[in-house]
Amino acid sequence: MQHLSKLSFFMRKVAVLLAFMGMSGFSFANEEKEFNVSEMIMHHIKDAHEWHLFGSEHGGTSIYLPIILMDQGLKTFSSKHFYHGETVEVPSKDQGASLHYMKGVGPAAGYALYHEEIYKLNASGELHFDGEHPHNAQPMDFSITKNVMSLLMGAFLILIVMFSVAKFYRKNGAVAPKGIAKFLEPIIVMVRDDIAKANIDEHKYEKYVPYLLTIFFFIWFNNMLGLIPFLPGGANLTGNITVTLFLAVCTLLVTLFSGNKNYWGHIFWMPGVPVPMKFFMMPIEIIGIFTKPFALMIRLFANITAGHIIVLALISIIFVNKNPGWAGLSVPMALFISILEVLVAFLQGFLFAMLSALFIGAAVEEAHH
Amino acid sequence: MDLILPDLGLLFWTGIVFCCLLFLLAKFAWKPILNAVNAREQKISEALELAVKTQAEMKALKAENDQILKEARAERDSILKEAKDAANHMIEDAKTKSKVEAQKIVDAARLNINSEKAAAIAEIKTHVATLAIEIAEKVVRGELASDEKQKALAEKLAGDIQMN
Repeated sequence: MQHLSKLSFFMRKVAVLLAFMGMSGFSFANEEKEFNVSEMIMHHIKDAHEWHLFGSEHGGTSIYLPIILMDQGLKTFSSKHFYHGETVEVPSKDQGASLHYMKGVGPAAGYALYHEEIYKLNASGELHFDGEHPHNAQPMDFSITKNVMSLLMGAFLILIVMFSVAKFYRKNGAVAPKGIAKFLEPIIVMVRDDIAKANIDEHKYEKYVPYLLTIFFFIWFNNMLGLIPFLPGGANLTGNITVTLFLAVCTLLVTLFSGNKNYWGHIFWMPGVPVPMKFFMMPIEIIGIFTKPFALMIRLFANITAGHIIVLALISIIFVNKNPGWAGLSVPMALFISILEVLVAFLQGFLFAMLSALFIGAAVEEAHH
Repeated sequence: MDLILPDLGLLFWTGIVFCCLLFLLAKFAWKPILNAVNAREQKISEALELAVKTQAEMKALKAENDQILKEARAERDSILKEAKDAANHMIEDAKTKSKVEAQKIVDAARLNINSEKAAAIAEIKTHVATLAIEIAEKVVRGELASDEKQKALAEKLAGDIQMN
């Protein structure tokens, strides 16, 4: 009986697949522009001044985010004035291809948006291209971009979640946790015991626990938000080099300001090796100070960006082949990678906090003979 | 290329948001949460310690109770034994005493009887002697009432002597 129902379920799946294939000619017939996979993927993993919700790229529904410029005073306006501005087409050096940029209108007049970067128009009111890149001056751009918006939402989410956990303990005192506290307490305790206590001297670790907890939850929550394909998520925040750079610099600063005599001694005058070796080790150790956080920055950036690229590439299979039947292959694979990414989201937060703790632990370690 | 170039605006906002987040979480979330967790861990370890201590105490108390019970039992046994001994002793004593007393009474009675008997015999002896004398007197008087009789007697007596 059970075999029969399994078989009929499989048959139904095949039927649905065939129906999709039959529809293919109809739904993709009026697509005129060639689908460019790398352009679509780059567009999705990079920052933007709008939050695209649904519909086609132009004329679809988007949230237009505020633009904040520092250019002889503060200038603020909606990004709508770029996206609904004047599109200029410039011939590219490549034969047949062309570059597009958007000239601002209304309050955005005098500026242009090209590949999500804002440039000042030159005297003749256009961008001057040298190859792929314009040579125009850029104002300082403090806009609330898609990533900044995602950052704010992520921070807000962490605050709400953690405050409700804290509220539970404030209300109930030192009792067995319930609800959200029950879920998060083991993770908080894991950061305290397996990350901080395991890597930093037992008498000094407590000072660093809040930093490590914040780093871990910041990365984890934002990684998870990045996996959601629609509004609360969808930005590639933790896969943005600026964000990972900032986090790595934080760890570098904490390490440097925590470093004791023993730590600096090991960098500038390595004990226990012959004097010529001490001179040889010094530059290596100085470079080592920076390569460690650099590796942190690259690891998080590359892992998260790669995850986004793989999922987008797998979904693109459908559009490259212009046949929804390919969803039968692409959707299960994307689902598999997405589930893997849920693991990676946690793992990267854990690794970043773990390695930060390791570096801090090395910086505060006392000499032992 | 611009994928790996940092962006000033995002760096600025990330800095502000992350620092605020660190401050707010450290002050209003991590501190109360970790305090509560630590307090609870302290409480649990204390409770466990107390349980172990109580168990040991219970064990000691039980051993003490057993000891006391054992001692009480031994004491009871010894008291019982003593009482029994005392009772036996008393009975034995009483028996001995009563025997001695009885013997005394019997002895005294015997002595009394003997002396009474002696007195009675002495009295009887006296009576018999008096009676015999009286009878002898009467007989003598009768015998010696006439001369013939006196003569016969004398003769007889003389005959007895001669025969001897």
